[in-house]
Amino acid sequence: MTDRLDGPAAPREESDSRGDSPAPADAPHTTRRFGPSPVIAIAFLLPAALLLGVWVVYPIVYSVFRSLFDASGTGFTGLGNYATIFTDGAMLTTIRNNLIWVVVAPIVITTLGLIFAVLTERIRWATAFKLIVFMPMAVSLMAAGVIFRLVYEEDPDKGLANAVLTTVHDTFSSSQGYPEARPREGDQSPVAAQGGAVVTKQAAQTGRPVLIPIVGIKPAVMPGNAQAAKTPQGGNELSGTVWFDFTPGGGGKNGAVDGTEKGLPGMTVEAVSDGRVAATATTAEDGSFRFEGLPAGSYVVRLPQSNFEPAYRGLTWLGRTLITPAIIGAFVWVWAGFAMVLIAAGLAAIPRDALEAARIDGATEWQVFRRITVPLLSPVLLVVFVTMIINTLKVFDLVFIIAPSSVQPDANVIALEMWRVSFGGGNNQGLGSALAIFLLVLVLPFMIMNIRRFRRENA
Amino acid sequence: MRTARAAAVLAGLAVAVAACGNAPTTTQPTASSSASAGGAKTLEGVKLEVAAKWTGDEQKYFQQVLKAFTEKTGAKVTYASTGEDTGAYLGPRIQGGSPPDVAILPQPGLVQQYAKQNALKPVTDAVSKQLDTNYTPYWKELGSADGKVYGVLVKAAHKSLVWYRTQAFEDAGVQPPTNWDELVKASQTIADSGTPPFSLCGASAWTLTDLFENVYLSTAGPEKYDQLSKHEIPWTDPSVATALEKIQQIAGKKEFVLDGSSGALQTDFPTCVTKVFGQKKAAMIIEADFVATPVVQSKAKVGEDAKVFPFPKAGDTTPVILGGDVAVAMKDSPGAMALLEFLASKEGGEIWAKLPGYLSPNKNVSPDNYPDPLTKQLGQTIVSAGDAVRYDMSDLAPSAFGGTDGKGEWKVLQDFLRNPSDVKGAQEALEAEAKKAWK
Repeated sequence: MTDRLDGPAAPREESDSRGDSPAPADAPHTTRRFGPSPVIAIAFLLPAALLLGVWVVYPIVYSVFRSLFDASGTGFTGLGNYATIFTDGAMLTTIRNNLIWVVVAPIVITTLGLIFAVLTERIRWATAFKLIVFMPMAVSLMAAGVIFRLVYEEDPDKGLANAVLTTVHDTFSSSQGYPEARPREGDQSPVAAQGGAVVTKQAAQTGRPVLIPIVGIKPAVMPGNAQAAKTPQGGNELSGTVWFDFTPGGGGKNGAVDGTEKGLPGMTVEAVSDGRVAATATTAEDGSFRFEGLPAGSYVVRLPQSNFEPAYRGLTWLGRTLITPAIIGAFVWVWAGFAMVLIAAGLAAIPRDALEAARIDGATEWQVFRRITVPLLSPVLLVVFVTMIINTLKVFDLVFIIAPSSVQPDANVIALEMWRVSFGGGNNQGLGSALAIFLLVLVLPFMIMNIRRFRRENA
Repeated sequence: MRTARAAAVLAGLAVAVAACGNAPTTTQPTASSSASAGGAKTLEGVKLEVAAKWTGDEQKYFQQVLKAFTEKTGAKVTYASTGEDTGAYLGPRIQGGSPPDVAILPQPGLVQQYAKQNALKPVTDAVSKQLDTNYTPYWKELGSADGKVYGVLVKAAHKSLVWYRTQAFEDAGVQPPTNWDELVKASQTIADSGTPPFSLCGASAWTLTDLFENVYLSTAGPEKYDQLSKHEIPWTDPSVATALEKIQQIAGKKEFVLDGSSGALQTDFPTCVTKVFGQKKAAMIIEADFVATPVVQSKAKVGEDAKVFPFPKAGDTTPVILGGDVAVAMKDSPGAMALLEFLASKEGGEIWAKLPGYLSPNKNVSPDNYPDPLTKQLGQTIVSAGDAVRYDMSDLAPSAFGGTDGKGEWKVLQDFLRNPSDVKGAQEALEAEAKKAWK
């Protein structure tokens, strides 16, 4: 690519330096030839051409050639490898992911960069702020990946993202229930799970204690004040016990309140009659409950779902659905600073008088931004945007590191897939080369766009 | 934690020194008489590079073995870690013409693959002799391709084990189960007691293939196991369905799996062990002997806090599945062959055996060398089982199927863990991936 830039530039320089004396004397009658003799030109171009040939042209040509062969490198497959790219389900996922990346990441980065650049122009500690936003650029993508792998860890005790989410969530509502507790399975159990709640299988009668055995209580959620479970005696009211029906060490009788088993305090219990809640009670420290002043009759006793709601644990960042947005977040973190610095430089070059004139004419700040700043900045914005598209297309390291291997197929991008098929597992360098060429074809239009723009600006 | 580990290592070294007596002074005459490469430091000045996937403690212990080799021969050995994906590390180096002198391959499948690419050097007679005296033919065959011997199985792993936290079993009042139904029943009781019975390492998919292989060997028997290993029967075979249904019984219940299937799929191998024995969040972990290393790091005592029971019989066969690492020479250098010979020898094996987390397939390495009674017992089962054992199936498969992150069997089993109700879909996906890999 760069040779197209260098090509016209080199002779021009030459003509500048020796333009005055030999050139007019050399060519008096034929058409005026600019620059040196072809031999010297070739000698000057040779080192660059050689390096480009070895490092750029040869690999590209060889990749094109290699992409027409199978894994072993001996069987000619024609365009078979390219057909695989567009038929294999996993490959289509990678293409889809790349599309999401290309659409989302450059827009977000350019927008954020613009916002940061415009805002930092006004604040006092602009340099310090810019430095901080630019800092991630100093970190390698590899390290950034490791950092974000930890940030997105699901356990709120380890992952920053979920720690923030759970903290925010818990300040508004906190759950003090028995998450994941459930009735024992099987027909013997007198209670059954029903849509998240636990209900008695048979209608309860007043005067006979209701037994509600619950199992699967994690040691961490067992309240410290829980006492050994007791069945309430006597009285004509509807009463009963909710308790953890598991004797530590085993040996207890299922469905019976054994000596050492503990009650579950703080459970909300509802007496339901004809589908309506007739009364509500809360269990005591020994797990017993009593509905005061409830008319005699038969009721279904229910422990509503609110008792069993699990504590909020944040989002599964590294799961299948959120993985690509999560990685794009890390990518934005790295590149937003770069965009900001470029755009800020462009901003500094905008003629102040245009802005001043607009302000004097009574334009609001938003109008100034919208009608003056952005249009004047548009060349810089476009450069940033296109550069980001190219960067996004070749994203590799962040996906490789952040996505756990179990979700990597869902987060996969072309560059990573290329490396995987070429060197991991199958060692299929034919297919890998085809992917590389595919990626090159995707990047080319943007490269050409950038080069055109550079040229126009230089002209 | 660090001091405890250091103490353990020191203790191991002390045993090693004690066992050898005054080895440093007397080693030269005995060595020269037993091994051809021994005697004076014949390889003084030779430099070797060894690549293996081990990191952390496993790497540290292996480097102690390498140090013993350096002391014996004078050759300088540098260690390069390949990371989890050995194929991805070695592939470009072979392609680029600068492979390491010796590579330790985690899968015999790679021996076949590299032998086909002419990237391996057949072993010399001296190495072959060590193999004949120290190994049963089954192991020699594992390191061979097309009738030529290329590799030495240097490290074996016993993969038919279930580790459990004794406290969790005591709290729930259950005993180690001996068959699958008992396992499911015990799991239910443990779940009722408030502890999720299993910690699965879903992010490290090889742990899932190990689980499948144990169940499959047990339910379908060794013959079918061999056929499926070679893809002579399709993965849509009913025997595969039976095995997957058994796995469904434990993976399909959300109270059985710590953090649910989505949490398990983000948990990689040593972390899932820490969750059982360090954070005490679950009761069991289905994995190999080398779980001992992270167990010790979690400050749990092997044999007291952490115990093992053999993988319960899910069918007619008691499964014994082994994994293992095969050392191969990738360069034709005397140093490389001398190292292979050393690793295959009784001497090299016994040095390694005294370090934690190691099992030798070498039948002449006495089980007495192992630092704890558990390893001793495992070592005996491997040596005595002989030809009756089966090698890890996924490691025998082409690595695109059985050894690559996000591909083949690894991916499908992770998807199955995510959605354990779809046995048929998993089988079809497995067969589709197998067809691609075996074509």
